[in-house]
Amino acid sequence: MATLNVVAPGPIAMADFKGKVDPDWCPGCGDFGVLAAVQKALVELQIPNHRVATVSGIGCSSNFPGFINTYGMHTLHGRALPVASGLKLANHGLTVLVTGGDGDGFGIGCGHFVHAMRRNINMTYLVLDNQIYGLTTGQTSPTSRIGMKTKSNPYGNEDTPVNPLTLALSAGATFVARGFSGDQKHLTELIKQAIQHKGFSFLDVFSPCVTYNKDNTFQWFRPRVKKLEDNAEYDATNWVAAVEKATVWGDEIPIGKFYENTGVPTLEETEPVLEAGPLIDRELYIAPDVAKKFVEELM
Amino acid sequence: MSETFAIGIGGAAGQGVATPGDIFAMIFSRRGLHLNAYNAYQSIIRGGHTFLTIRTGVEQVECMGDGIDLLIPLNQDTMDRHLRLLTAGGACIYNEDTIKPGAVADGVQLCPLPVSKMADITRNKVAQNTLALGAALSMMGVGFQSLESVIAGQFGRKGEAVVKENVDLARTGYEYATANFKPFARPLPMTEKRYAVLSGNTAMAMGGAAAGVKFYCAYPMSPSTGVLHWMAGHGRKAGIMVRQMEDEIGVINMAIGAAHAGVRAMCATSGGGFALMTEGLGLSAMAEIPVVAINCQRAGPSTGVPTKTEQGDLWQALGAAFGDFPRVIAAPLNIGDCFTLMAEIFNVTDLFQCPGIVLCDLLLSEGRLSVDPKVLNFKPAIDRGELITTNGDLNHEEYLRYKFTESGVSPRAIPGLPGYTHTVASDEHEENGVLISDEYTNAGKRRAMMDKRMRKVAGIEAMVPPPVLEGPKDADVTLIGWGSTDGTIREARTRLAEQGITANQLQIRWLVPLHGDAILKILRTAKHTIIVENNYSGQFARYLRSETSFVANGHIRKYDGEPFMPHHIVEGVHQQLAGSTSLSVPTHEVMV
Repeated sequence: MATLNVVAPGPIAMADFKGKVDPDWCPGCGDFGVLAAVQKALVELQIPNHRVATVSGIGCSSNFPGFINTYGMHTLHGRALPVASGLKLANHGLTVLVTGGDGDGFGIGCGHFVHAMRRNINMTYLVLDNQIYGLTTGQTSPTSRIGMKTKSNPYGNEDTPVNPLTLALSAGATFVARGFSGDQKHLTELIKQAIQHKGFSFLDVFSPCVTYNKDNTFQWFRPRVKKLEDNAEYDATNWVAAVEKATVWGDEIPIGKFYENTGVPTLEETEPVLEAGPLIDRELYIAPDVAKKFVEELM
Repeated sequence: MSETFAIGIGGAAGQGVATPGDIFAMIFSRRGLHLNAYNAYQSIIRGGHTFLTIRTGVEQVECMGDGIDLLIPLNQDTMDRHLRLLTAGGACIYNEDTIKPGAVADGVQLCPLPVSKMADITRNKVAQNTLALGAALSMMGVGFQSLESVIAGQFGRKGEAVVKENVDLARTGYEYATANFKPFARPLPMTEKRYAVLSGNTAMAMGGAAAGVKFYCAYPMSPSTGVLHWMAGHGRKAGIMVRQMEDEIGVINMAIGAAHAGVRAMCATSGGGFALMTEGLGLSAMAEIPVVAINCQRAGPSTGVPTKTEQGDLWQALGAAFGDFPRVIAAPLNIGDCFTLMAEIFNVTDLFQCPGIVLCDLLLSEGRLSVDPKVLNFKPAIDRGELITTNGDLNHEEYLRYKFTESGVSPRAIPGLPGYTHTVASDEHEENGVLISDEYTNAGKRRAMMDKRMRKVAGIEAMVPPPVLEGPKDADVTLIGWGSTDGTIREARTRLAEQGITANQLQIRWLVPLHGDAILKILRTAKHTIIVENNYSGQFARYLRSETSFVANGHIRKYDGEPFMPHHIVEGVHQQLAGSTSLSVPTHEVMV
C-alpha cells in the first residue's frame, strides 16, 4: 500500500489546522488555550496536518479532534491511549497526539495510562486537567482536591487525589511536564518539546473549568504557578529531583518540564518487525518461502 | 467412516501425557494417516486428571469418536476411570509396579509392564511413558524405525544422551510387547499422503496471517491463548506486530487503532475477555473501522469452567455492544475451517467496514486435526474494499468519510494522505465526521446516518452464502447444528444409517447473516428436525425461532463441559423418534 507524501504548497499556517467547526466549549473554558497552543506548536514545528493524528477519548476536552484539522479519532471514554498506540504502531511515520481530560485519563482510563507509559511509544499525551467532570455537569474527578464539594460529593470529596506527575514518573514516562492554559507561550513551548521528544511524552495541563470548578480557577492558579525554567539549578534529567518537585503543591505549584530521559529507545525502534518500515506499507501476502516453512512445521 | 483406531492416555497434569501424545500424532501423520485429538484437562499445572484421546484412520477423522482401542493409564486414577470402557479387541498397557487393573470386559487384553525391571526408575521418572509408547507401537504393527526417528526429532534439542536413553527405553518396551503381548487384529495402515497436524488456535492464527493481518494483540485467556502463542512465535518472520496488552479493553481498542491506520488487525479471547471488548466492537461499528475478534468459547458464565468447552456465547455475540449496527458472526466447522474462514470474514469486514466475530470453542481451539496442506493456502483471495490509499489529486471534492451512498459503504481514506484529513467518531456524526450529538443534534441527520450504516446489511447478506443441506433430501430426521459440532453430527448420521435411520444435516457456519428464508425453505419439508448444541438453553434454537418463527421438533443439548460424542446424538435421535422426549441431555460417561 503506497502512501504518497505530497505536501500542499506553501508554508504551514494556523489556518491549516482550523477545524471544520468551532469549539462548543463554554465561553472562557481553559481548553481554548490548549487548542490554540497545540495548533501554534504544530505550525512552529512545520508539521503538515495530514501527517498528524489527534486521538481522544470522551469528555469536554475529548471533543478536541473535531476542532483541529488533522486526522482525528474520537474514541471511547478512557480508551484513547490504546487506540492511539495501535494507530502509531501500524503507521509510525505519523505524529500522534492524544488529548483528553482527567476523568478520561486518570479515572476510567488509568490502567491504559500506566501501561502506555511503560511501552514508551513515541507519542504525546495531553491531559486537559480541570479537576472536575464537566460534560456530565460537575462531579468529582480523580484530581479533585479532598473536601471539594461537587454534585457527586455534596459533603466534600473524601478520596485522595491522583498526582498525575508522580504516577507518570513511576510508570516510566520518559517525558513528564505540566503546563497552564493561562500561559500560552510557555504551554506552546512545552508542547513543542513534548512532540519533539522521542518516546512517550506526558503533559498535564491545568485547563480550568469555568462552569463547574469554582476552586481551581484561572485566578486561583495564576499567582501560584512557578516555571521550572526560571530556576537555573533545576535539572530535568534527575528523576529523583523530578519526583520531589512533582509533590510540591500549595502556595507554589511548579509548571514546566519536570523530567526528560532521552536515553530510552522507543518501542518502534526496538521492535524488529518495524525495521522494514511502517506496517501499512507491507505486502499483504506473506513471502511464499516463509509460508511454506510455517506449514512444514506442522508435518 | 472407515476403520479408526483410538488411543487414550491419561494421568495427572505434569505426568507427561503430552509427549507420548505428540509422538503418536507424529507417527500417524508420517504414515499418511488422518487424526483427531482432544485433550480433556483441568485448570491446573500439576495434579488433577488429564485424558488425551487420539483417533486415527485412513480417511478424515471428524471427531474423537465413541470409544478407545488402547488405554495407557499413567496412574491408578486413570485406570479406575477408563478401563471399564474398553471393549473386546481393546488393550490396556500399564505399569504393573504402581497400577492395579480392575475388572475388564471379555476380549480385552491387559498388558502389564514390569517397569522397575525394565528401566532405572530412580533416574527417569517418566520411563513408564516411553516403555508404554514402544509397547503400543509394537502391538499396532508399526516398525521400530519410525518411532526412533520421531523420538530423535522430539528430544533432539535436549542432546544425544537424552535421545539415546529414550530410544533404548522405547526399544525395551517394543521388544517386551513383541514377546509377551498379542498384537491388535489389524496393523496400523499406511498411505502415501502427508498431512499437517494443527490446533484450531494455530489454524486461526495462520489463517489470519494468510489473510494479511499485520497487527495482532491479546490478553492471555484460555482457551484462546494458543492464537497469541503462534503469533508471538511467528510474527517476526511473518511481518506481524504482536502485542500483549493490559486487558481486553486495551486489546480491542488497540486493534481498532491499527485497523484505522489501514492494516488488517485481529485479536482473540474467550467469553470473559469478549465481554470486556464489547464496547470497542460498538466503536468499530460506529467509526466504521473493520476489525475481527475471535471468541474461543469456554463453559460459562463468569470464570466458569476455563478448560472445558461450550457453545454458550451465541447470544453474547449477537448482542455484543449496545445499539443497532451491522456485524458478521461466523462459527468455523472444523480445524481446517478455522484457517479458511479468516480470509473470508476479513473480506466481509473490510468491504463493509464493520466488526466481525469468529465464534470458535475449546473443542476446536485446543483440539488437533490432520489437514491436507493444500487447505493452508497462504494466497487466499483478499479484497480490502473501498480504500483510498493514494491522494493523486489535491483538487478533489471535499472528502466525506461517512458519505451517503447507495450501498452504505463510504470510501475510507487512510491517515497520512494529504487532502483527506477527517475525524472518525464514536459519537453520532455527519457525513464529514462532525459530531451531531451535542448542540448539532438533529433527528433527521441521525436517522439518515443510521440508515446509511444499516444499508450495509443487504450487501453483507448478498455476499455471504446461505447454508446448504447435506445428505438425503427425504431423510427420516434432519439434524441442525452450528460450528464445531459438524464432524460429530456427521459421524452420528453414519451410525444412524447403519441402524436403518436416514439423517441429513443443516450445519450453520455464518450465524449473522443467518439467511432465515433459505433455512426455512430447507426445513419446511423436513420430516423431523432436531437441533444439536453444546449449551443449556438452546441458544441457537431460540435465535432461529426469533429470526424465522421456526420451532424444531426436538433438541439434543449438552452443557457438562465436554463435547458431544457421536453416540450421544444417536441415542438422542432414537429417544426422540420413539416419542419419549423432545429434549435429550446426554450424560458424559467418563468423569474427567
